[in-house]
Amino acid sequence: MKPTMFTTTAGLALCLGAGAALAQEVTLTVESWRSEDQAIWNDTLIPAFEEKHPDINIEFTPTAPTEYNAALNARLEGGTAGDLVTCRSFDGSLPLFNKGQLADISDLDGLSNFPDFARAAWSTDDGASTFCVPMASVIHGFIYNADAFAELGLEEPETVDEFFAVLDAIKEDGSYIPLAMGSADQWEAATMAYTNIGPNYWKGEEGRQALIDGTAAFTDPQFVAPYEQMVRWTDYMGPAYQAQGYSDSQNLFTLGRAAIYPAGSWEITGFTEAADFEMGAFPPPVQNAGDTCYISDHTDIGLGMNAATDHPEAARTFLEWVASPEFAELYTNALPGFFSLSDAQFEVDNPLAQEFIEFRENCESTVRVASQILSRGEPNTWNNMWVLSANVLNDAATPEEATAELQQGLASWYEPQQN
Amino acid sequence: MTQTAPPETRRSRRGRSRRTGAAAGVHLVLAGYTLIALFPVVLVVMNSFKNRRGIFGDPLGLPDARSFSLEGYATVLGEGNFALYYGNSLIVTVASLFLILLLGAMAAHALAEYRFRLNTLLGIYMILGIMVPIRLGTVAILQLMVDLDLVNTLLSLILVYTAQGLPIAVFILSEFMRTLSRDIKDCARVDGLSEYRIFFEVVLPLIRPVLATVAVFSMIPIWNDLWFPLILASSDATKTVTLGVQQFIGQYTVNWSAVLASLSIAILPVLALYAIFSRQLIAGITSGAVKG
Amino acid sequence: MTDVITDTVERRPTPRRKRRLGGRTHIVVFLAPAVLIYTVFSIYPLIESLRLSLFDGLDDGSAVWTGLGNYTTLLSDPNWAVRFWNALWNNLILFFIHMVVQNPLGLLLAALLSLAPRFAGAYRTLIFVPTLLSVVIVGFVWELILSPLWGVAQTMLGAVGLGWLYAPWLGLESSALTAVSLISVWQYVGIPMMLIYAALLSIPDELLDAARVDGLSGVAIFWKVKLPLILPTLGIVAILTYIGNFTASFDLIYSIQGVLGPPDYSTDIMGTLMFRTFFGQQTQIGDIHMGATVASMMFFIILIGVTIYLVGVQRRLTRYEM
Repeated sequence: MKPTMFTTTAGLALCLGAGAALAQEVTLTVESWRSEDQAIWNDTLIPAFEEKHPDINIEFTPTAPTEYNAALNARLEGGTAGDLVTCRSFDGSLPLFNKGQLADISDLDGLSNFPDFARAAWSTDDGASTFCVPMASVIHGFIYNADAFAELGLEEPETVDEFFAVLDAIKEDGSYIPLAMGSADQWEAATMAYTNIGPNYWKGEEGRQALIDGTAAFTDPQFVAPYEQMVRWTDYMGPAYQAQGYSDSQNLFTLGRAAIYPAGSWEITGFTEAADFEMGAFPPPVQNAGDTCYISDHTDIGLGMNAATDHPEAARTFLEWVASPEFAELYTNALPGFFSLSDAQFEVDNPLAQEFIEFRENCESTVRVASQILSRGEPNTWNNMWVLSANVLNDAATPEEATAELQQGLASWYEPQQN
Repeated sequence: MTQTAPPETRRSRRGRSRRTGAAAGVHLVLAGYTLIALFPVVLVVMNSFKNRRGIFGDPLGLPDARSFSLEGYATVLGEGNFALYYGNSLIVTVASLFLILLLGAMAAHALAEYRFRLNTLLGIYMILGIMVPIRLGTVAILQLMVDLDLVNTLLSLILVYTAQGLPIAVFILSEFMRTLSRDIKDCARVDGLSEYRIFFEVVLPLIRPVLATVAVFSMIPIWNDLWFPLILASSDATKTVTLGVQQFIGQYTVNWSAVLASLSIAILPVLALYAIFSRQLIAGITSGAVKG
Repeated sequence: MTDVITDTVERRPTPRRKRRLGGRTHIVVFLAPAVLIYTVFSIYPLIESLRLSLFDGLDDGSAVWTGLGNYTTLLSDPNWAVRFWNALWNNLILFFIHMVVQNPLGLLLAALLSLAPRFAGAYRTLIFVPTLLSVVIVGFVWELILSPLWGVAQTMLGAVGLGWLYAPWLGLESSALTAVSLISVWQYVGIPMMLIYAALLSIPDELLDAARVDGLSGVAIFWKVKLPLILPTLGIVAILTYIGNFTASFDLIYSIQGVLGPPDYSTDIMGTLMFRTFFGQQTQIGDIHMGATVASMMFFIILIGVTIYLVGVQRRLTRYEM
């Protein structure tokens, strides 16, 4: 076994002219919260990389999302973290870089393959240093049961009024729960409801920047309005939605019992596998026909290098590959719904993923409103948004109360909001 | 020493009809609660033999021709290395238990039996650990394990679980040992037995029932722990069952057949082990009725 | 109990005295292994954590001394204090529910088992089964049973004509904590049951026979003879419940409800507050210093409870025992 490995190594190295024929084999481990992706890494991504770099072995060792931050922090502190670290965007990783736990990779050639907005998610505020290679963004919108829509003679809604007309029609028919959404796990209320439909009200980046600059407040009408729409959602959500969790909603929709699923594009892989009906997608409805639409196109996942890795060279080699057009195409097609942030042009095979990516052509993109700068203090605005968005759905807080609390929490530590 | 009178003799002194009525009441409560205790477990195992539609459509129904499916088990056995995970869990649990019981009993014996200057202080020191979840010290523990080069070994888990289990073992055992009669031990001393032989040959047999109890209670958090395997030994070779199942659930959120199958696979051996072990436990507890 | 010991020790026969003059290495041998492992892998890491609570973290990962500053923040900063008191209050409710449901239920089951009915062994074995299950399993199963989608709870209530009673308990602010507590009771009732059962079995038969000769009924024997005798065990059960309420309950809530204690922090307890402060979650980056502060507060609160038990309750119970 050993000799064959050496010949291939040497052969390939000759081809590439890399002169690494005698390089020692190293193994790099990748930390990630994407346990669902284990098979994709093992079967597609890692073989593709190792074919080019037989001297570098990659091991993908994910931790469940709920434990990821805690386990990663402990391992970084203890010095046992993997060589490569999957990064959450903005304030989710910046402190790790500031503490010197993530390496500065600003000089990586492959980073030039990415637009500025993508790099910004994993760079210092002044843009001077970048610490993770952007991997993908996730786009929010609504996935619907196309068979159900055809059966009931419904069309994709474009405006809020049309949206509620569609919901009314489904409710009246009675064979489907109109909206597959619950509030038990809280984060969907923030991610798939509030920051999904919100950008249409606060005009995407414009509203987000205004909050950061301190020229707008959560109590302004454009931040209250999405909550008012969410209050109307509750009439169309399943019975006892207060105890409905994330996987409940997923099952409800893929078993064909619900018609519309407020979604993130990461669902596409699982849904394509689990659902035996046609699906379609539409972006968050706008207030009036002809309005510019805004979508939550969130830079979600990147890959950085543990500053304490024993194999910085090999890790950089891998990161270069992750930044390459080849990875972009492999990854996006292996995981339809995680859209590469690379400038590289390629075809997306999955039809549902295509629909999501088309949102980008007609709508303006923005990231989740609380993800950058606004969640840097205590109380954490993004945490607050989870709890308060769920409270609005549970009728435990009015839209005004929820936004007032968001604002109070933010203003308690964020200077630009203190006047 | 007096043996507990067999319950039958005790009861035969009472009226027959009243006895029947009372016995029915007793069985009603016990059987009722047993049902409550078992129902969720049965539900999981039963549904693990169904396909996804069957699970959702009729969760309370037995698997029938239309819903019966082994797809969940096929996925689990194809993907996870559960035999290895079991082995790991078993080694960690048994080794930790052995250390907790032996070292705990030794320490408890010293605290209960001998008067020395730091006795009370040491007693308090040893039970401090009951009050704080050892998890709070995770970062320092991890650093320690790194320094000792024990990361990703089962030994790291065994050491942490032993440290975690000792306080409660010492607490319960020393409380119990203080109630032991001194006469036997002093007799043994007069006979010239060494302090070590007194511990192993006189005291240990006397505390057997309590040891069994402590064993069961210490076993549960070890077998079920998710946290330290995640931090200290998450490599594939050292993964425990609980961690394996947890990661499996994360990987197959929508595939409930697979999730329920993996849960069943995690439950069944524990139950089998317990069924074997519980005889010992019962024997142990019953001998607790033997008074010194 | 201490009094008893001292007393006995004073009355010790001479061989013991002689020994004391000689080598006492056996005491060291008995104690050293336990003390060593416990100190290195439990106490040292914990002290290290407590030490962290006296420092404040800077952005670059270094720390500066702040004395009790973190404690002041936790107790007086409105954003921190509201979470802290809420979590503490929830812990106390949790403790209360365990004391009024779990322990009486454990006592009842143990008392019935101790009558040695037929199948007692089977009952005891089976009732203990939930205690053996991992919280991963328990959390998942009960979420399913109580879930409005699976409809198990609803169907079963409906079958006995109580369908109207169903509510999404885990999702409602008013009932979530009670629901979680009862799941915890379901899982852990085996522990008090076993402890009390063992204590009941160890009651000397002569005492019971004497009571019977005096003409006491079964119920009267239980209240007047057995219960006073097992009071020390009930004391231990109570204090274990109190401690477990701060430590073990975390796992269950974490696995059912997650780290934010939804809905609206109604199931947030000291453990979840500590965990997310210490380790962070999503965009919240862990703050080991504030986390350690919460952990230390937890420690002090447990310490207060245990002290009350040792000084007040246990002493009184010992009197009874004598």
